[in-house]
Amino acid sequence: MIRRSHFITLAALALTLFGCSKAVPPAEQKPAATPAEAAPIKLTGAGATFPYPLYSKLMDEYRKVKPDVQINYQSIGSGGGIRQVIAGTVDFGATDTPMNDEEEKKAPHKLLHLPMTIGAVAVAYNVPELTAPLKLTPEILVDIYLGKITKWNDASLRKINEGAQLPASDIRVIARSDGSGTTAVFTDYLGVISPEWKEKVGVGKSVKWPTGLGAKGNEGVAGQVRTIPGAIGYVEVAYAKQTGLAMAALKAPSGEFVSPSIEGVSAAAEGVELPASLHASLVNSAAPKAYPISSYSYLLVYEDTPDKAKAQSLSDFLWWAIHDGQKFAAALHYAPLPARVVAKLEGRLKELKSGGKALLAVP
Amino acid sequence: MASQPQSLVRPRPKWLKPFGSEANWGDAIFRALTLLFGLCVVAILGGIALQMLKAYRLSLQAFGWGFITSNAWNPIQDQFGALPFIFGTVVSSLLALSLAVPISLGIAVFLTELCPAWLKNPVAFLIELLAAVPSVVYGLWGIFALAPWMREVVEPALASTLGFLPLFQGPSQGFGMLTGAVILAIMITPTISSVCREVLNAVPGTLREGSYALGATRWETLRTVILPFARSGLVGASILGLGRALGETMAITMVIGNRPEISSSLFAPSYTMASVIANEFTEATGDLYLSALAEIGFLLFIVTLLLNIIARALVWRVARLPEGGRL
Repeated sequence: MIRRSHFITLAALALTLFGCSKAVPPAEQKPAATPAEAAPIKLTGAGATFPYPLYSKLMDEYRKVKPDVQINYQSIGSGGGIRQVIAGTVDFGATDTPMNDEEEKKAPHKLLHLPMTIGAVAVAYNVPELTAPLKLTPEILVDIYLGKITKWNDASLRKINEGAQLPASDIRVIARSDGSGTTAVFTDYLGVISPEWKEKVGVGKSVKWPTGLGAKGNEGVAGQVRTIPGAIGYVEVAYAKQTGLAMAALKAPSGEFVSPSIEGVSAAAEGVELPASLHASLVNSAAPKAYPISSYSYLLVYEDTPDKAKAQSLSDFLWWAIHDGQKFAAALHYAPLPARVVAKLEGRLKELKSGGKALLAVP
Repeated sequence: MASQPQSLVRPRPKWLKPFGSEANWGDAIFRALTLLFGLCVVAILGGIALQMLKAYRLSLQAFGWGFITSNAWNPIQDQFGALPFIFGTVVSSLLALSLAVPISLGIAVFLTELCPAWLKNPVAFLIELLAAVPSVVYGLWGIFALAPWMREVVEPALASTLGFLPLFQGPSQGFGMLTGAVILAIMITPTISSVCREVLNAVPGTLREGSYALGATRWETLRTVILPFARSGLVGASILGLGRALGETMAITMVIGNRPEISSSLFAPSYTMASVIANEFTEATGDLYLSALAEIGFLLFIVTLLLNIIARALVWRVARLPEGGRL
């Protein structure tokens, strides 16, 4: 008897389960058949961690403008963003460094680079004796990271920081140990300055550092710089500003010493002509007042997205982000895009298609 | 039951034979079900190994055995070698274990043998609370509290007393192998001590009473009766701790200095296998780079397996020793 009742329960359970699973698909298919009105449109993106605070703010604000579009962004790192957008698991990717040729070849369709914001890398240091901001020339910075300058009272440092109290202590070099766009921008700068760096170390998201400690993430570098007297490290400007680290002023090609600031970063973008690919390196920009270690951060979007509804909402969002969205940048320590760049982006956004048909009819 | 006539018991179908010899259908199904669950573990392990084999094929072709013996790690030039990472993982874990085991054993002995009854539960509760602290919290604490203390107090003290050993030479930076091992030791102490406590609690009270009745002191009872009885369980507890130390990623990444170099000094920065995977996997773009990281993952698998086998062998050896009786 007991066994029979078990069988009945099991059978009933199985029936409910199967019944349910059969009942579900039609209910789910309905909104897909008539999009846009019933269910909200969901867009997913993934990639760079550096612009994440800005992107999440933009997506949050955009929901107030268009409540029926839900955009979800996962900050998994630039490399992951590129991989996922190529694999098609997300609707758009994000990266701090442009894709290389090998990656562009892997993409099934044409992927477009869209610069969305500009960030910069600050050189942070911990020398309590210093009262005025430390001044650095590019050559000194390269030599510190190559391990050639090892003392804070090195003759070259004393020469450009006249009158400053430089201690006789060791320089403790800190670098990012996790692969990151920040490292890519920083090494790009060192490579542009010094052929020796380019040859010995190279430029990339992870490199073999000639000297020093490795710290994980911006918070790791900032933590080590703050706790180790005599330390020098590099962090994103937004992060350095929020945490109040001392930042060095760098000698720009124009000859002046520039501290990292939103104006300096915007000036760097003004000074570099954006080619048709819409990606360019901003390091060592020759424009006056330009901060030399600056970089665009890009979104990666397919030129042609087959899903009409998704493609339409994505291009609407991008249009909004490069216009109205830019006003949210400064409060989060990102530099807004210069007008010239926005004009070029407008042209590129009008090329976005779905099934060969242009999406934006804006003049 | 056995005296019942044969005709009343349904003969067992032949096809059920692989599922065991039970005459009862329910037992056979239960047996098959649990067998399935048991095989799940094997299937998952096999699946992981297979997947990793597929993922690291490229790196295996490029570097072969040299991958294990090379200490080059340069993503820009596509040069990869795992030796510094293997060294860092093994040394930091063993060092952590050697720091944590005496402390954990002390805690467990105190709690089971010497502690007044009213103090037992609060202390045990606090230790288990330590086990629940997320590793990223340990890591941040490591950066802001432990590392400066190691740099300013512990490392100079070690250098001035034991500085003649190569282990304690070089500049003290606070971030390095020693700090990594200390933070691992703190993290595995709750695990080891709570298992040790359970093991010591399981020693029969009659043994203690017998020993005291013979006139043995507390120390003698502990040394000659309780610890020998609990020996294999205590080694087992240490293995659990070792497993956690080998796989720990976040906290040690934040304090070990992340430099793929092999140094004789414990003050020097090092790097572990789990750390390099966590650090570089998300941004690894080249195929060979990804493949090399996958191979490191596979080697971590192997290292963990080897250390576990060695530890298991140790347990067997220890278990075969005569129990107690030596003074």
